[in-house]
Amino acid sequence: MANGTESAVKRRGGNGTQAAPAAGHNQGILARAYREMLLIRRFEEKAGQLYGMGLIGGFCHLYIGQEAVVVGMQMTLQDGDQVITSYRDHGHMLATGMEARGVMAELTGRIGGYSKGKGGSMHMFSREKGFYGGHGIVGAQVSLGIGLAFANWYRENGQVSLAYFGEGASNQGQVYESFNLAALLKLPCVFVIENNRYGMGTSVERASASRNLSQNGAPWGIPGEQVDGMDVLAVKEAGERAVAHCREGKGPYLLEMLTYRYRGHSMSDPAKYRTRDEVQKMREQSDCIEQVRKLLLEGGRAEADLKAVDDEVKAIVADAAEFAQSSPEPDESELWTDILVETR
Amino acid sequence: MGATILMPALSPTMTEGKLSRWLKKEGDEVKSGDVLAEIETDKATMEVEAVDEGKITKLLVPEGTEGVQVNAAIAELDGGDGSAAPASGNAAPAAEQGSKPAAPQQPESNATQHGGATGQVAKGAEDHAQVAAKGAEEREGVSARPAAPAAEPEKDWGETKPTTVREALRDAMSIEMRADKDVFLMGEEVAQYQGAYKISQGMLDEFGPKRVLDMPITEHGFTGMAVGAALTGLKPIVEFMTFNFAMQAIDHIINSAAKTLYMSGGQLGCPIVFRGANGAAARVAAQHSQDYTSWYAHVPGLKVIAPWSSADAKGLMRAAIRDPNPIIFLENEILYGQTFDCPVAEDFILPIGKAKVERPGTDVTIVSYSIMVGLAMQAAAELEKAGISAEVINLRTIRPLDIDTVLDSVRKTNRLVTVEEGWAFANIGAEVAMQVIEEAFDYLDAPPARVAGLDVPMPYAANLEKLALPTVAQVVGAARKVTYK
Repeated sequence: MANGTESAVKRRGGNGTQAAPAAGHNQGILARAYREMLLIRRFEEKAGQLYGMGLIGGFCHLYIGQEAVVVGMQMTLQDGDQVITSYRDHGHMLATGMEARGVMAELTGRIGGYSKGKGGSMHMFSREKGFYGGHGIVGAQVSLGIGLAFANWYRENGQVSLAYFGEGASNQGQVYESFNLAALLKLPCVFVIENNRYGMGTSVERASASRNLSQNGAPWGIPGEQVDGMDVLAVKEAGERAVAHCREGKGPYLLEMLTYRYRGHSMSDPAKYRTRDEVQKMREQSDCIEQVRKLLLEGGRAEADLKAVDDEVKAIVADAAEFAQSSPEPDESELWTDILVETR
Repeated sequence: MGATILMPALSPTMTEGKLSRWLKKEGDEVKSGDVLAEIETDKATMEVEAVDEGKITKLLVPEGTEGVQVNAAIAELDGGDGSAAPASGNAAPAAEQGSKPAAPQQPESNATQHGGATGQVAKGAEDHAQVAAKGAEEREGVSARPAAPAAEPEKDWGETKPTTVREALRDAMSIEMRADKDVFLMGEEVAQYQGAYKISQGMLDEFGPKRVLDMPITEHGFTGMAVGAALTGLKPIVEFMTFNFAMQAIDHIINSAAKTLYMSGGQLGCPIVFRGANGAAARVAAQHSQDYTSWYAHVPGLKVIAPWSSADAKGLMRAAIRDPNPIIFLENEILYGQTFDCPVAEDFILPIGKAKVERPGTDVTIVSYSIMVGLAMQAAAELEKAGISAEVINLRTIRPLDIDTVLDSVRKTNRLVTVEEGWAFANIGAEVAMQVIEEAFDYLDAPPARVAGLDVPMPYAANLEKLALPTVAQVVGAARKVTYK
């Protein structure tokens, strides 16, 4: 499955130019991608709405615009593989199969949340789904991520870890320490840079002297590719190459996903560092969901089928929002639990 | 079906704002992502995007209005296809900030869809019940107060043999690594070099390069890697050549290792030992001579151990490796070569969180840890000559602090002296003294006294370095002061 069965699809770097011959072959994949990306989109819109209503507090970083990256990458993984990311993490959780209810209830700080309301937007985990957070310190998840890969290497279990980080984090010192360690030990780790062009309000051009982040691992011999991160099939295809490389014991791999976030860095970001036109242009010309929708329709899928998916997704999100508001706040005794694992 | 658009909260602190400008007018069709209006928050002017689709039927708040409360209705929208998802307005009456939702109900539909999440929570609830009792107990008392029973006599482990602290540490790690394949040692120069301080001598030969791993000089990266591995259930022992270099990695120790269990609602523990030399060595100057005990002892989610003797080192290292929590194990370079009698019993282990009365006495309690216990013992011998009977307590574990053993002693001697190498400001002595004041103020016949390192970066010059560190004479002086003798 991880060996590039879809590699016939020549889509690298294509923004909007579709590989029609393969479209039929990909219908199943496209349908799955459509549903999963849409679920993330609608979930995030709802989260934004609940934030606006004061039901979600603190920091809340939405993933809207970047959905193709996690959905495409997740399709390349097997059970037991691990995923770790930063604080823009709701999309990753949903992609790994974590339940919308548990994620939304964590956002509202309720006992039904994945962390019993004690972690919030930035800190959720599911060992069962291989999701290891949810980390609030920029770049920290990269070192932790090679630790997940180290555990695979140590246990010789053939599993692969994905460490996601933004182009902002890509300048952190520990990222390069991690490149070195991963290359040195040949750890099965795919580094996925989600280059959405802005680290908070600073554009990648103003923050990074490197003009091609996919080559940032080159000094350590880490192969790297730039990928159209708005094109879920391109993501999946590149992801399969990367994951296969890792699974074969050849060491780490680096993917730079060229993507875009439509919303601000967090909910309180007025986003004055870019023009409205820039955002609008991305939405209209490169939207990952619209691309797939178009392919599905071209492939013969009926509007009504897609509408049914829309309705199903909306129902899941509405149910999650309802659960997130009706689940009680954690009991006061929760204040004192989970500080240490109890011994004896 | 219509929907009401509400004044959104656009920052964590916003309670009201100015509706500066409408970008849509009545009758306009809007779709998700369209900018509806500009709102001035307490921080900035922000654009508000539509979430639901439909036609604007009414603008309820004219532009230019100031002080519009969060969650006030600002416009009405004609349903569109928003029927499947409740529009923001539907929840409006109950949605005021801070208000709790009505009667919590566990939605019963979509059971297969959502079984996972509910299962998770149920699992968590078991632990929850178990630990809740302890939490309540802790809240009543002092913050870090252990629920341990009052001091029991130290168990007699039988036969002992003279052992250096260095050997004791190596023995402990080797025994535990033989017993558990998930335990491994990593750090700079731990393998081929045989350890910068020879703690891991011979371990590469016995366990091989996969379990005794040399690391490049990148503390930040390899500590993060070790923590990541521990989150999956492996049990790394991370050697810092000295704890001074752990400063490069302290983010992972605190933010990643100590806090993840809590942030994950109890799902992800971090069974890891961070160990290495702490405190002053000899003539290595300011950047290589610092006691970090109070830094780590400050943090909930960590256990902090500071052994003195070989028995401490061996018994507590074994306990640390077996403990499912992140442990800071603070060794001392000068102690590595010192020899103490150490139990030889195969099952010898010491409990974390238990202090030891190293020398019983009646007139003054001297509390110390790590290398300074030796100083306290010398001072006690001097004091004996002057007719003052000192009780010396070796804390062994700093967090959780065994304050009960200290309190029992102070209730007997009515006087307290603390001795440590670290700077006095906010040090362990300050914590011990405060807890004694809180719990046994009436027993004190004199203000507690602290002996500590001087409040200066460690100087290099031999004479100045000597002046910066605590001395036997200072401990004797402090004991005399509190006993008025």
